[in-house]
Amino acid sequence: MSPSTPRQSSTRARAWGFLLPALLWTGAFFLAPLVIMALYSLWQRVGTRLVTEFTLVNYHDFFAKSFLLKSLLNSIEVTLIVTLVSVLLAYPLAWILAERVPRRWQRLALILAILPFWTSYVVRSYSWLLVLSEGGILSNLLLDLGITAEPVSFANNRGATVVGFVHFFVMLLTLTIYANLVQLSPSYRKAAADLGAGPLRSFWHVTLPLTLPGIMVGAFLTFVLCIGDYITPQILGGNRELLLPQTIMLQIARRSDFPMASALAMVLMAVVSLVYLACARWLKIDRV
Amino acid sequence: MRGPLLHLLRSLPLWGYVLLLYGFIFLPVAVLVLFSFQDSRLPVPPFNGPSLRWYEAVFSDARLLEALANSVVVALTSSLAAVVLGFLAAYALARHRLPFSGLLQGFLTAPLTVSYLIIAMGLLITFNALGVPKSLLTVGIGHVVINLPLCFAILYSQMGDHQANIERAARDLGAREWQVITLVTVPMLWPALFASFFLSVTFSWDEFIIAFMVSRFDVTLPVEIWSMLRSGLNPKTNAIGSFVFLISIATVLVLDLVVFRSRKA
Repeated sequence: MSPSTPRQSSTRARAWGFLLPALLWTGAFFLAPLVIMALYSLWQRVGTRLVTEFTLVNYHDFFAKSFLLKSLLNSIEVTLIVTLVSVLLAYPLAWILAERVPRRWQRLALILAILPFWTSYVVRSYSWLLVLSEGGILSNLLLDLGITAEPVSFANNRGATVVGFVHFFVMLLTLTIYANLVQLSPSYRKAAADLGAGPLRSFWHVTLPLTLPGIMVGAFLTFVLCIGDYITPQILGGNRELLLPQTIMLQIARRSDFPMASALAMVLMAVVSLVYLACARWLKIDRV
Repeated sequence: MRGPLLHLLRSLPLWGYVLLLYGFIFLPVAVLVLFSFQDSRLPVPPFNGPSLRWYEAVFSDARLLEALANSVVVALTSSLAAVVLGFLAAYALARHRLPFSGLLQGFLTAPLTVSYLIIAMGLLITFNALGVPKSLLTVGIGHVVINLPLCFAILYSQMGDHQANIERAARDLGAREWQVITLVTVPMLWPALFASFFLSVTFSWDEFIIAFMVSRFDVTLPVEIWSMLRSGLNPKTNAIGSFVFLISIATVLVLDLVVFRSRKA
């Protein structure tokens, strides 16, 4: 380590100058709000007053009041179902796109497969309402086919939420798994075939393990985005069975109970962090 | 002759699966667009149309148009801010050896790992506590928070060593730092700058939860659409939804044409 010359230290000062705006912004509008939120979660709302004495009462209430804990369990259940179903639906599609579609059509097929991705998030959930609600496309189809005698509603329940989520995440996962599959060198499969493995065996022992990291990254992304989403369950699931983001929004909108909402948000963050730690060994995303 | 036919029959389930999944993916969007041309008051079968009455209704709705304009302004300004901040930070970390640079990168990209809902709540509570009024400005601030890490990550990943060499050459030839940045670095990086800007625009344009929580009287388009949903199924919502879809597709096409084609050339 040589002592830094004046020129070096002046360019270093300039570098800090370039870095500072982004650091300040992230500090002021991301980190500080999180710290303030953590602080709020340790305060309490009594009547309409904010009592700024440290207490764990919000966290205690979370476990004591069954509807709060239930909404977390609902969220975890729905998210796990969505992640599993989306991976199971997207993998074959990505595989067919990468292995069976002629190369010059692949790009077009992929663009088509993720086209509805670009509809607005709110509008996408609303579109499913057009399909699933009473008198909608599905209900009409069943009437025409004579399967049901009355219009039926498929909206306002967990199934509708899952369908809305799966629709979005199948597109996302098809993209990530496809990207993973086309990167695989064909020589691995050729080697497996040379050694006498049939297509099924070669898939099971070669392709699948090699794409596992891609699946895990996609599944983790799905989990994180799904468990924190408010729009889809609110529009499609309705209010009969609440998910955690809906409970959080209720605390804010109906009761202005920021401390309780903060505590619930901290719980949400904790769950995501735990899942991250659990999958960390598969999530070796190249650090930028 | 049996070979190809058998092969085709064998792969039939495969194409059936593809068709089924494409159907599932396109069903809601197709229904959305089709019934935006509905002539009656409900966007459900039977379809009687086509009619443009709901598009007329959209374009004569002052609130909706204002929300649209708000969305454009917020998306463009917040994305510009995110790109500038992200670029400067990426330049600093890629071109200078700073202490704790790994930690600093982690800090700048940290917002990518936190739900928008939580970022929105944190901002809401903070603005409330400080008495900052909710407005489009606060929405824009939130959108910079979510897009800055993205811009930083994209730009940082694109700042390679060969560019550093050209920058060094420019410096040796007497260029000052701002000249190096504006005349050398920015032109070399412009596809990445363009991509991160447009990606930010699409994210901001579509963002709901932050815009919902930290805005009040002036709202962005997704929030306005959200409040339209209270009236239930309505072909007008189909019309604005289809219009937004069209804009997003156009944006993606521009991005694809300008960035990816130019990179190939």
